[in-house]
Amino acid sequence: MPSSDPIVLETRDRHVETEPETEERPLTFEVKNLSIWYGEKRAIDSVTMDVPSNAVTSIIGPSGCGKSTFLRALNRMHELLPRTRLEGSVLLRGQDLYSTDVDPAIVRRRVGMVFQKSNPFPTMSIGDNVVIGLRLNGVRDQKFLNERLEKSLRMAALWDEVKEDLHKPGTSLSGGQQQRLCIARALAVEPEVVLMDEPCSALDPIATAKIEELIHELKTKYTIVIVTHNMQQAGRVSDYTAFFYLGRLIEFGPTTKIFSNPSERQTEDYITGRFG
Amino acid sequence: MLSKRQDQHTWRKIKSALVSAGTFLSALLVIAPLGLVFFHLLVNGASSINWDFFTQLPKPVGALGGGMVNAIVGTLELLALASIIGVPIGVLGGVYLAEYGSARGNSMLRFIADVLNGVPSITWGVVVYGLVVLRFKGFSAYAGGLALGLIMIPLILRTTEEVILLVPNGHREAALALGIARWKTIVHVVMKTASKGIITGILIALARIGGETAPLLFTAFGNRFWNHDLSQPIAALPLQIFTYAISPYDDWHRQAWAGALVLVIGIFCVNVLVRILTRERAPSTA
Repeated sequence: MPSSDPIVLETRDRHVETEPETEERPLTFEVKNLSIWYGEKRAIDSVTMDVPSNAVTSIIGPSGCGKSTFLRALNRMHELLPRTRLEGSVLLRGQDLYSTDVDPAIVRRRVGMVFQKSNPFPTMSIGDNVVIGLRLNGVRDQKFLNERLEKSLRMAALWDEVKEDLHKPGTSLSGGQQQRLCIARALAVEPEVVLMDEPCSALDPIATAKIEELIHELKTKYTIVIVTHNMQQAGRVSDYTAFFYLGRLIEFGPTTKIFSNPSERQTEDYITGRFG
Repeated sequence: MLSKRQDQHTWRKIKSALVSAGTFLSALLVIAPLGLVFFHLLVNGASSINWDFFTQLPKPVGALGGGMVNAIVGTLELLALASIIGVPIGVLGGVYLAEYGSARGNSMLRFIADVLNGVPSITWGVVVYGLVVLRFKGFSAYAGGLALGLIMIPLILRTTEEVILLVPNGHREAALALGIARWKTIVHVVMKTASKGIITGILIALARIGGETAPLLFTAFGNRFWNHDLSQPIAALPLQIFTYAISPYDDWHRQAWAGALVLVIGIFCVNVLVRILTRERAPSTA
């Protein structure tokens, strides 16, 4: 007989004091009736969801449920694939990201992204990797770049490990360090939001723990949306959780509630491991 | 029963040996021409290569000695002119194929480039003769450079496209996600990552056109003297070799051998350079 008990998360107590009060927080994203098509295939089906500010929102769901597509729609990265179509609206602090006068490059400067596979630029040093976003957006002031370099690497908890090796190639770092370098690179342009697309799926448990700790610290300054395959990770790092299935948002709420007392049958089945 | 099996075993061994020997002979036949060419050039040409060859102009008919310095410099000038036309158009076209354009348009462009790569090189000479030489009423270095440049374009276009497609998509996404404009992403991230491959493609194209004779016959035309005016006919190593080789004079024949040897060594060096570059390319595309 399948147990309907929610899975117990050993780090649950970490969330007790940060228990979010759902209604009070200001919102970073307001997503309304969002539908996305790739060619004929509908990847996202009328999703309406608010992403609260200065909190970690995780998106979970089985493969192909549209969670990555949804994440990428938050900074218009999904548009890079051919033949995409979008309906509905995504508001970033009240501004519609998809109105015709909005430049996707500006959107992406405000909404940074960290990818599943760490991807430092192989032709650039560690230092250049971090400041490349600023430099290519026209910042020439070397003093400013140096300050931002150190600040970003410190925020990504990488400064102490690389401060002597800033000139070495970014690809010389270990996998976990590379991923933190990518986080530093994303933070250097001072976005308002950081999107993370399964940032730990290629990392070992120790590197994963470091990134999760980092996510925990970053949320004081940034709004974070993270897609993860790992439900324990969602439970550990996030304040809110959205469960996607077949392109639909099945349930969204405080992580503690989603994991302990989900309202929807499908959420419960997924979380208790009955499918997915 | 056992002996029959043994027979089969022996027969299998013989078949295997036959096939091995066949492939070995074929491989030998592939390498042999290269060795023969080098050997022949060395035997016939090496003796005529001396300081004069690289510093003197050709002597008048009958006078012994002289060199091909004008042809060597002329070839370099023609390669430079060809690069001015072929490199930017080829590289930018390759970038367009890899980064922009619609799938259908691109496959058509690719097909056209492949057809152009197969066009006999003398055709380019005829085309430039008709378009440039007749119109401006004269053979010129410009016309020769244009003919070679036109040959370069599809070559560079295809190699550039290939190495740009090798750049992992993650790098493009990472740059775009930083709010970097598309063209800056392509120039500073994608092309920079693929730069060694692009340079390799350019070098291969240069090595290919460096030895072309046919497109120069009625464009650059050749010249026995120094020419510092690019709107006048200019000497080129392959042309000089051609002229000397079909002449009736023994001394010119020796010079033709020497010229061929210099040309082959030059192209060989470019190919070695390409090998060095491609060997180090692995980390950049990782």
